[in-house]
Amino acid sequence: MADNINNGRRRVLTTVTTGVGLAGAAALAVPLVASMKPSARARAGGAPVEVDITDLAPGQMKVVEWRGKPVWILRRDETMLLELASIVDDLSDPNSAVVEQQPDYARNAHRSIRSDVLVVLGVCTHLGCAPSKNFDKGVASGLGDDWVGGFFCPCHGSKFDLSGRVYKNVPAPTNLEVPPHSYVSDNRIVIGIDEEEATA
Amino acid sequence: MMSMIKKLLLIVSLLVSPALLASGGGENLDSVYINLADKGSLRRGAHTFVNYCLSCHAASYMRYERMAADLEIDTPTLVENLMFAADKPGELMTINMASEDAKAWFGVVPPDLSLTARSRGPDWIYTYLRSFYRDESTPTGWNNTLFPSVAMPHVLYEWQGLREAHFDESHGVSEFSGFEQIVSGEMSEVAYDEAISDLTNFMVYLAEPAKLVRYRIGFWVMGFMLVFIALTYALKKEYWRDIH
Amino acid sequence: MSLLNWIDDRFPLTKVWQEHMAQYYAPKNFNIWYYFGSLSLLMLVLQIVTGIVLTMHYKPDADLAFASVEYIMRDVPAGWFVRYLHGVGASMFFLTVYLHMFRALLYGSHRHPRELIWLLGMVIYVALMAEAFFGYLLPWGNMSYWGAQVIISLFGAIPGIGEPLAEWIRGDFVISDATLNRFFAFHVILLPLLLALLVYLHIVALHKVGSNNPDGIEIKKNKDKDGIPVDGIPFHPYYTVKDTFGVAVFMAVFLAIVFFVPELGGWFLEKDNFAPADILQTPPDIVPLWYLTPYYSILRAVTFEWLPGGAKLWGVIAMGAAIVMFFFLPWLDRAKVRSIRYRGWLYKTFLMLFVVTFLMLGYLGTKNPGHVDIFWFKNLIWAQIGLVIYFAFFLLMPIYPRLDRTKPEPDRVR
Repeated sequence: MADNINNGRRRVLTTVTTGVGLAGAAALAVPLVASMKPSARARAGGAPVEVDITDLAPGQMKVVEWRGKPVWILRRDETMLLELASIVDDLSDPNSAVVEQQPDYARNAHRSIRSDVLVVLGVCTHLGCAPSKNFDKGVASGLGDDWVGGFFCPCHGSKFDLSGRVYKNVPAPTNLEVPPHSYVSDNRIVIGIDEEEATA
Repeated sequence: MMSMIKKLLLIVSLLVSPALLASGGGENLDSVYINLADKGSLRRGAHTFVNYCLSCHAASYMRYERMAADLEIDTPTLVENLMFAADKPGELMTINMASEDAKAWFGVVPPDLSLTARSRGPDWIYTYLRSFYRDESTPTGWNNTLFPSVAMPHVLYEWQGLREAHFDESHGVSEFSGFEQIVSGEMSEVAYDEAISDLTNFMVYLAEPAKLVRYRIGFWVMGFMLVFIALTYALKKEYWRDIH
Repeated sequence: MSLLNWIDDRFPLTKVWQEHMAQYYAPKNFNIWYYFGSLSLLMLVLQIVTGIVLTMHYKPDADLAFASVEYIMRDVPAGWFVRYLHGVGASMFFLTVYLHMFRALLYGSHRHPRELIWLLGMVIYVALMAEAFFGYLLPWGNMSYWGAQVIISLFGAIPGIGEPLAEWIRGDFVISDATLNRFFAFHVILLPLLLALLVYLHIVALHKVGSNNPDGIEIKKNKDKDGIPVDGIPFHPYYTVKDTFGVAVFMAVFLAIVFFVPELGGWFLEKDNFAPADILQTPPDIVPLWYLTPYYSILRAVTFEWLPGGAKLWGVIAMGAAIVMFFFLPWLDRAKVRSIRYRGWLYKTFLMLFVVTFLMLGYLGTKNPGHVDIFWFKNLIWAQIGLVIYFAFFLLMPIYPRLDRTKPEPDRVR
């Protein structure tokens, strides 16, 4: 064995080579991991969806699919809108304080761009079930005397009002999510494109 | 140690050299210049492809959106000029013709063209599209010297015009001797060859869109590997001073 | 290091590390040929990793398989890279394995007491050929389809049970969806598990006996007072750093092919496989990829109709025998010395001739069997000459030592 071992050089070389080698391995891993992201096909399937709401009468709701999820489009009538304010005390986040649940343009009393038209994802924020609509009032609804109409999740009993706001004391933690959307004309909504992007 | 690298290189070159010899095809093909960096050529080729090929042939592994992004075509241009059989840019370049109908009309289902540049080669495409001639004896009235009795008519005849082929009959063997222009087309011969060259260029891209990025990334990877080889060599040398 | 102690009390981590790395003494005179064992292991790992990713996107269904491969090439982020790594990787894996095997022929690494290492290695080689064959059907290209059709039809040559056996393998009367599905199961589960197990056993057997070296002498015969072979050096760090350098060079070549010439002029990815499987259209040249062509060539070289049972049967037998020959190598070779360095001209000549023949058969196997003149003979004659030399190399092996003059082996490695 040679006596003149330069341990310093050895340590530096080992460290640098290990570092570069690990960086190389990581670089090789990046495409392997990246390949699990949504593919071009998945992204094409998630392309924006255009909806015509001309024939959607007040009090009616229609469901469209966007990125494989149901999107509810509800045109609320006068009474429905009035009642939104009356139940504020029963809601856990009436003023949309949780910002991720809606774009800024839907952070208002009616959680929508146009005050009457609600656009919201029909996916329960608890564990992803699909809540069902229940627009009956009072006893007829089966959800108690004071029910003013809204959405009820059959999985674990979470309740949401007609703005998709979650009630207090239910499993769901937050309001229903409002997807990015915008109006191309008075009665045509594009789901998947934000308002700013549409005007830009 | 250098001799070891030389040996490795020798092994690799020995393995690669028969591959180079083997790549020559049997047919006499005209060679075409492929340049994927020429985005203008690719866009012209795409235009021809979408207008003339994509009505009968599909390119069903390719998405319009990807083509537009790679060829630097903006979305309105794409939708207006290049998307006739689809509603959304994310869709695949499929066609509306049912394969049973195609079979009834042409006798065969027109093959998908996504990968033709890889299965046949660019030179084949370039030669094939420049080898059509008038032949009353076939069902379509067209024939092809590279692909005799082909079921496809000469779709680009308005560009190339009408040609007849001449054959020398000698010793009972018919040998092709040349084309004769009967009716001239909208394009000169040079312009037509140029257009087919652009189309072939596009089809090479179409067969492997990743080709646009793979060389670019490859150079960076090679640079990294050279550094890594130098480091590991130095490290090995340092440790092996104990032994030698 | 209390954590290490905690583990060592429950699992022999330090012990394994010492026995197989830090205190595993390997001969100090390994040369370039000794890189290919570790590189083969690297390829196995890489193939498994890229294979897992491909399995996430691939569809083993005759109607969807071809399109799903193009989906990987276009729609999956970096999918083309993963697919090229896997496809080129198959060829690179065989390249390292062939060079690793040739090393044994050079330095007698298959000889006593390493016969079992060699046999395990040969089983790995055969399993690898099966793995490659099953994998080659999966893209469902036209060459995949017809290649599988031809290879499975070989089983039909076996008298009596041939046809039912071929049908049982296919699960149909032709290659079909059923075949694709079972090949997928073999390719992604059965053979990878088997290969991992076999490679483990191969290394266990190696570490029991210890590595051979280019001088073919036992370093264990010459130990110092601590019982350490005087010509041995600890595997770690000396061979770990050396193999790391080998990995760097190898990966540079591998990645250069992946990024710049993934088809390698048709040697690694055949152009006929870019057309989907077509039951009505046989490709002009049906040939396997290069790593199987020497045997394919032997199969085609047997054209003697006068043989009892017919040429087809004997072609299959010759092909099988060509592989089986390797298994007997440790017992066929009876020379006094192991390494080529001390063997006589006869073995050297025959080994060289064998290598040239193997490459020639491989080359002929990639070509159309139509009659073509190559230098002085038809290609078929060349293949038949190759067949004779191939078997002569093995069958004459017990005779070389009697005629060959060997040089004395040194006491210490050089």
